[in-house]
This record gives sequence, structure tokens and C-alpha cells, in this order.
Amino acid sequence: MSFLTALVSGLSLGSIYAIIALGYTMVYGIAKMLNFAHGDFIMVGCYIIFTVASTWGSSPVLGVIAAIILCTLLGVATERVAYRPLRHAASPLAVLITAIGVSYLLENLALLIFGADAKAFTSVIPWNGISLFGGQLHIQGVTIVTIAVSIVVLIALQPFIHRTRSGQAMLAASQDQGAATLMGIDVNRTISLTFAIGSGLAAVAGALLCSAYPSLSPYTGAMPGIKAFVAAVLGGIGSIPGAMIGGLVLGIIEILAKTYISSQLSDAIVFGILIVVLLFKPTGLLGKVVQEKV
Amino acid sequence: MKNFKKVMGVMMASAMTASVLAGCGSTKSAATADTQSAAAGTETGAASTDSAAAAGGTFKIGTIGPLTGDNAAYGLAVQYGAEIAVDEINKNGGINGYQVELKSEDDETDNQKSVNAYNTLKDWGMQFLDGSTTSACAIAVADYTKQDNMFQITPSGSAPDCVKNDNVFRVCFADPAQGTASAQYIAAHKLGTKIGIIYDSSDVYSNGIYQAFVQEAQKQGLTVVSQEAFTADSKTDFSVQLQKAKDGGADLLFLPIYYQQAALIFQQADKMGYKPLYFGCDGFDGILTVKNFDTSLAEGAMLLTPFAADAQDDLTQNFVKAYEAKYNLTPNQFAADSYDAIYAIKAAAEKANLTPDMSVSDICDKMKEAMTQITLKGLTSEKMTWEATGEPNKEPKAVVIKDGKYVSAQ
Repeated sequence: MSFLTALVSGLSLGSIYAIIALGYTMVYGIAKMLNFAHGDFIMVGCYIIFTVASTWGSSPVLGVIAAIILCTLLGVATERVAYRPLRHAASPLAVLITAIGVSYLLENLALLIFGADAKAFTSVIPWNGISLFGGQLHIQGVTIVTIAVSIVVLIALQPFIHRTRSGQAMLAASQDQGAATLMGIDVNRTISLTFAIGSGLAAVAGALLCSAYPSLSPYTGAMPGIKAFVAAVLGGIGSIPGAMIGGLVLGIIEILAKTYISSQLSDAIVFGILIVVLLFKPTGLLGKVVQEKV
Repeated sequence: MKNFKKVMGVMMASAMTASVLAGCGSTKSAATADTQSAAAGTETGAASTDSAAAAGGTFKIGTIGPLTGDNAAYGLAVQYGAEIAVDEINKNGGINGYQVELKSEDDETDNQKSVNAYNTLKDWGMQFLDGSTTSACAIAVADYTKQDNMFQITPSGSAPDCVKNDNVFRVCFADPAQGTASAQYIAAHKLGTKIGIIYDSSDVYSNGIYQAFVQEAQKQGLTVVSQEAFTADSKTDFSVQLQKAKDGGADLLFLPIYYQQAALIFQQADKMGYKPLYFGCDGFDGILTVKNFDTSLAEGAMLLTPFAADAQDDLTQNFVKAYEAKYNLTPNQFAADSYDAIYAIKAAAEKANLTPDMSVSDICDKMKEAMTQITLKGLTSEKMTWEATGEPNKEPKAVVIKDGKYVSAQ
């Protein structure tokens, strides 16, 4: 029973990592850049929901919709202002450093506007979850919703990418931006669209993250963002199902390590496993090996 | 390329504006502190101000703490508590007839920034330091106060190393003392028999209390059924730690941690249907100020703290009234510690007959001696004395959270 309880806790944590990792991996897969500010888009989304809920006291649905719209705009604007001008910079490091800069900018802006003290977040999922085995095993509502949302996103993205023109443009851009441009694809527009989707997903992830762990501060997104990045790498960065699997695996390993080995060493164990996996499978669990043609 | 430069220009400009605005928070509060103490100075009447000015100025006390950042609740309380004390002292004729000036600097709970704050205050002419607020920062600053031989009293730096230098004293209990006192209190009041512990293994404060608690619990015959840790990098999910405590049958959960994590633990335990008695230390203080937090979850939680805002003695009542009137907040333990720190400085300075024209180093030497000779009746204890080691002697008290307020435990 304690194993099952741990497994459920692991799923709960892992599903959060998974949905954050989806945004990370999409942007990386198509724009070939690591958006380190992704975790902070999540934080912004949480604050928007928090503000809408506490100002107008309306149902959380309105807050979530507002957060998705505003985060999408924020993502597109950030890409336009901070990342696009650097896309063809001499060193790919430039965009990476800018992303870290954007991350700090957003954190400090939140610090300025909302203050440093942690705020208790009211869950957007009022459902309490289900109890199994006469109450011995409890699965929280937010866990079930998070897993369901991740799966829906995962399934919905497949036909979008493979069947629609925009999706095919994304695939093309992900393979070779130069060649895609020559084929008449507007790469800038395609990458904007990618950021729009990724940032919208960040808002959804934020709503679920703060519903599961209801404490909101300007640094709320930072650590889950890093863990989700690890999850994306573990699953194979750029691969959408990989992000999902990587997130769940990471969450479950973390909780099992806490339960059976040591609550102090859990992070060390998680990252140790990451290193071992990458040693044997450098592209991650589901990553593609791209062969350079000579 | 031109376009790129323009965009970078806008970015840099906005980043700079942001940092300037961010700076405003601390500058403004420091400025308010100044005007307030200055205003208090004028109120005392022309006679004393004149004599002070004639004899060579004012005593300058600085406070350092997180006025912004994660632990702003602590640093602001230290600043405000000191401001109330300085206002009172100035109204009643100052220290040895000299007015007192106060300045507060922000360290965002960052060691390096704390040292920067200390240097800023030193340039301003500080003679006594009431700080830093948090342990690690107080230790970082103590290396510099030792070099300068500057008198330092930390209101709330509770790690053992905070007072390792002979020029540093403290108002609060040391961490091990808090752990020991908690175990003794729990055993004496029969609060629980099976005890679960969740602590932050990446934090020196939490670790110190935890170790002393476990040691003393054994002596007191308490059974510790689970001892689980978390770290700064994994401080949101406590399901495993709570589950282990629950499985072990813990009826009391000892949480030597800060309030942000305590708030999450209360919420997660509630979702699990686990309701132990919570017992914490002074890091718990602040839990009732978390915005939107359902305080009913904290109902019945106890914390070992030397200060309860509802205590009926005159000193506490007057302090709480002045504090609430000025800041519209109920003072917590940090404010009380800081208030006592200022009065300890006053008592020792009067004992040693200090004048503001003395050098910082002379003041410090005299203060070191005088601190061990004074007896202070303060907010955090009826009777406080200090050892030459810098440790205070005083009785611990416990408070319990009832209807969303701190009430003295019987």
C-alpha cells in the first residue's frame, strides 16, 4: 500500500513536470532554443489567475482563460523583442543568455509588483479527488486533471503538427530553417506560433502547479522549470511524447527515492539517474538521432 | 543590424528602469526610518536637542534585514520594532541625553548583500548594529564587525556561530536552545508521545534545532517515529514526509522550519486527512500573514516563541498599540526581539557612560563589558541577562494559534 501511495504521489508530481516539459520541448524542438524563461511564464500565469480571482472574485475559469491569453501574448512579445533579433547572432549562446536575462527580468518585475511574501493560491480545481481501498489510497483531483490535460494536449498536438499547414511548417522549420525559408515558409511566423502555443501551455501548467502546491511567490516557477527541463532532456528534448514520459518518470523516481532511500538525497539520486541515462542514451529516452550527411 | 541595436537599447532601458524601481523599495524604507527618527527627535523639545547638538551629535544605530525578498516579513519587523524603540527613547530624552538616529538597510537574505548593507551603514556613521536579521547573514557580517570592532547585537540570528566573536550578542535563543526547550516543553505539557519531524536539511537554522531536539527528546522519553528532511530545491511536495509521519502514528509533528513551507505542509496534511498537533519554533512566526492562507488550517498549532502580542502586561500592550497604530500590522517576535535589542544597547550604553564622540572601537570595548552587567526587562522576557559569550539567559514561552490569532499557551 505504501508503494501505491508513493506511486500516486510520484504521478502527481510527475504530471506537473510533464506539462511544463511539454512547453519547453516544443519551443526547443522547433526554434532550437532553450527558453529558460519558461518557468517564469508559468509564474506570470499564476499571478494573473491569482489577481483575477482576488480582484473580481470570479470563477477560476475566467482567470485561467485570462492567463492563457496574456501568457500567449507575453510569449510572442518576448520572442519578438528579445529572441528574434538574436536568432542569427554569431554565437548560439547569445539567445541562451538573453533567455536567462528575461527570466530574471520577469522575476524582479513580479517582486516589484506583487511583493516577496508568499501568497496562498486558491485551487482552480474544486474537485477533491477519489479515495480507493476504503480511504487508504487517495488520488487528488488536481493529479487526475493534470494527467488528463497532459494527455489531451499530447493527443491534440499530434494531428495539429502532422495534418495542418502550420504544423507542417513547424516540422519543416525544425529540420532546417534555411531550407524552409526557401520553400516559402515564413519561419518567423512559425516560430511566433510555437512560442504562442508554448506560452499558452505555460499558463495551463501554472494553474495546475499552483493548484497542486498552493504557494505563490516570484520564484514559484524557477525550480519546477529546471526540473521540467531535466524531464524534457531525460525524455529526449524536442520529442513531445518524450517530455510526457520524462516528466512522469522523473516525478516517480523522485518520490520513490524519498520514500525508500532518503528524503535528503532524493535530488542527488534523480540527477544521478539522469546522468546514467544520458551516458547510455545521449539523446534521451525517445530522442531522435540526427545523422549529419556529408 | 540597426534594428537589433534599437531593440537591445529598449531592452536595456527597461531592465535599468526595473532595477531602479526595484531599488526604490529599500531606499524609501530607509528614508522613512530617517524622517521618523528625525521627527521623533524634534518632538523631544528644544532643550535636549540643543544639548545633544552642543555635545557632539547623536548615537547612530543601524539595522540590517531582508526588507524585500523571501523573508521580508522578518526584516521589516526588525526595522519597525527598532523604529518604535528609538521613537520612545528619543521622546524620553535619548541615551545619556543624546538623541538616537536609526537607519535600515536591505539584504534580501543574501550574505553578500548583507555585507554591502553593513558597509553602507558604516559609511553613514553607524556605531551600533542591530542585525543582521537572519542567521547566515549575521554570521557573514560578524566577520566584518570583528575587524572593525563594531558592537553587534543580532535580534534574531539564532545559529550558534552568530555570536562566535566576542563583539556579538543576541536577543533570541540559539538554535540548539530552541530545540532543547521545545522537547522539554512538549514532554512537560504531555503534548504528544509519538513525534514526527520534518526539517530543512539545507538550512543551518532548521538543522541546528532538529539535532538538539532529537537529543533532548531521547532524554525526555519522547518517541521520535519519523525524521524526514527536505531541501531548498525540493520544498513544495511534502507528501512523502507526511505519509511517513502518518504511517508511524505520529500524534505531534515537530516542524523546525520557516512559515512558507509550514503553510504548504498544513494544506497537504489537510488534503491527506492527517491532523496531528503541529509544534514549531520562531520560524513559524509569520504564518498568519500569508495572503489568502486559510488560517483555520493552522488552528491549534503551537510555536515556541518568547513573544505573544496578546500578553496582558503594560510593556507588551503599549508596544503592540504603538506598532499597530504606526504600521497597521500586529508585531511578531522579530519586532519584539529588535525592540529589546535597542533597549539592550541603551541600557549597556548608559551603564558604560558612552558619548557619541567616542570611536566605534572604544564604544564596542565598553559595550562588551557593560552587556554582561545589565539586567533588562523586555518584551521577550521579564528578566534578561547576557553571558560574555553573547548568549541571553531567559525563559521560553509558547503560543498557540486560536481563531487566527496568537494566544499565550497555558
